[in-house]
Amino acid sequence: MNVRRFLGRPWVASLAIFVVFVAVWQVLTAGGSGGPGALDPEYARLAGQSAAVQQTGAIPPPTAVAARGWELLVNAFDRSNPNNLGIAWHLLQSLGRVLLGFALALIVAVPLGFALGLFPAVHQALNPFIQVLRPISPLAWMPLALYIFRDSGISAIFIIFICALWPMLINTAVGAANVRQEWVNVSRVFGLDAFQHVTRIIFPASVPMIMTGVRISVGIAWFVIVAAEMVGAQSGVGYFIWNEWNNLQLSSMIVAIVLIGLIGLGLDVGLAWIGARLSFRE
Amino acid sequence: MSFLSVSDVSMAFRIKGNGSFLALDSVSMDVAGNEFVCLIGHSGCGKSTLLNLIAGLLLPTAGEIRCDGKAVRGPGPDRAMVFQSHALLPWMTCFENVHLAVKQVFSTLSAAQMKDKVEEALRLVHLDHAMHKYPYEISGGMKQRVGIARALAAAPQVLLLDEPFGALDALTRASLQDELVRIVESIRSTVVMVTHDIDEAILLSDRIVMMTNGPAARIGDVLKIDLPRPRDRVALAANPQYAAHREYLLKFLYQKQRA
Repeated sequence: MNVRRFLGRPWVASLAIFVVFVAVWQVLTAGGSGGPGALDPEYARLAGQSAAVQQTGAIPPPTAVAARGWELLVNAFDRSNPNNLGIAWHLLQSLGRVLLGFALALIVAVPLGFALGLFPAVHQALNPFIQVLRPISPLAWMPLALYIFRDSGISAIFIIFICALWPMLINTAVGAANVRQEWVNVSRVFGLDAFQHVTRIIFPASVPMIMTGVRISVGIAWFVIVAAEMVGAQSGVGYFIWNEWNNLQLSSMIVAIVLIGLIGLGLDVGLAWIGARLSFRE
Repeated sequence: MSFLSVSDVSMAFRIKGNGSFLALDSVSMDVAGNEFVCLIGHSGCGKSTLLNLIAGLLLPTAGEIRCDGKAVRGPGPDRAMVFQSHALLPWMTCFENVHLAVKQVFSTLSAAQMKDKVEEALRLVHLDHAMHKYPYEISGGMKQRVGIARALAAAPQVLLLDEPFGALDALTRASLQDELVRIVESIRSTVVMVTHDIDEAILLSDRIVMMTNGPAARIGDVLKIDLPRPRDRVALAANPQYAAHREYLLKFLYQKQRA
């Protein structure tokens, strides 16, 4: 067995870093430093004295998080207690909102993006609005959305729509505006009409850019849904984390954070795969 | 009687900021029906600009171009073009790339008749075996053959070739030139081709139009090539007439028009 080659594998280093991280975490949290005496006064003020007295308030050790994670995963699809749904239902709820908000954004962004990319006049007319609206944090819309829709779930979907719109809109516009001149010349020389020009040349040529926009949009949407659900929602992974925070279940929070990361990674890998399948090869 | 006429055509490009760049300065030339004309000159002499003007991809700032009696006001498949960079659409198979052109020109034909036309064009360039492959699956020479098939399938009145073999290696270029000789002799179409390769120009042309260096390029000289057809590159190598043509062109390009 070639030890040097084994140690040279990239995943070995990653695993080593993970092991060291967990070990340090274990050492720092297992020593009983989390007794009531170690309570941070600022934290106690934030959490309220009653909570502070009930709980140690310490960061749980990795063993406790792992045990809690196992517990949550075993009961992930539990729906016996409507006030304490399994974590999978919350994650599916969040994914559903992301998917719906994203789909609405896609329906608006792609046709509008083509209009922006193909007609400079449309671009000039809409660009000031885009430039002003785009930098607004999607969460800034939340109170207004809650007021208008009177429903936290619909408001969250609206927030996702807003934040998913821009990357797809801009990428589609840039993709459509920068189709290679040689392909545009082919279209012109062989006399394609406007409809065919868009469907057979501009659209397929823009797919790689659109799919990059889709990946960015879904990534941002998955960021934002957690925050959006912390405000007023009664379900979803953002609600779950906030609820566990109110219960001072730090282990559950950490498990949820890790699951959010893993699902985000899965979404990105899946979309990259779909993007590669839909894009042309050269 | 000229089939294609370029009369006093000038082309100025606007430069970002201010001013303009005069690429062509009142160029006139005539191409007879079924004639093969090569435009030759150094890089940047505006020969591709002239071809794009004939194609209608650019519109001249002055002068007029007429094709078959009609003024050229824009691009069209009657002046189909073979592009320097093959310009195949990578999301379509070779068949689909050619079909795109056939569908535009022969829109009244049935689906089966269109399919026959596409296959015929691909057979002409010996690519019927690869017609359902995507461009990334075939070599550079094969891609350019599809580009030629696509242009031919549109049955153009004038076939325009913009340095079609410039990006190919020498051996592939020679075999495609031979194939073009054969195709042109079989279909007897009017052809205007841009090149900077002297041997290619003599092998293929009835007439070679030499352009002066830009800016404000003009036609410097015209050489008639009356070598007998069919032409064979090996036999031509020993032909004194060929050597004389070659010398004439070399003198123009490297003595009168140093790059």
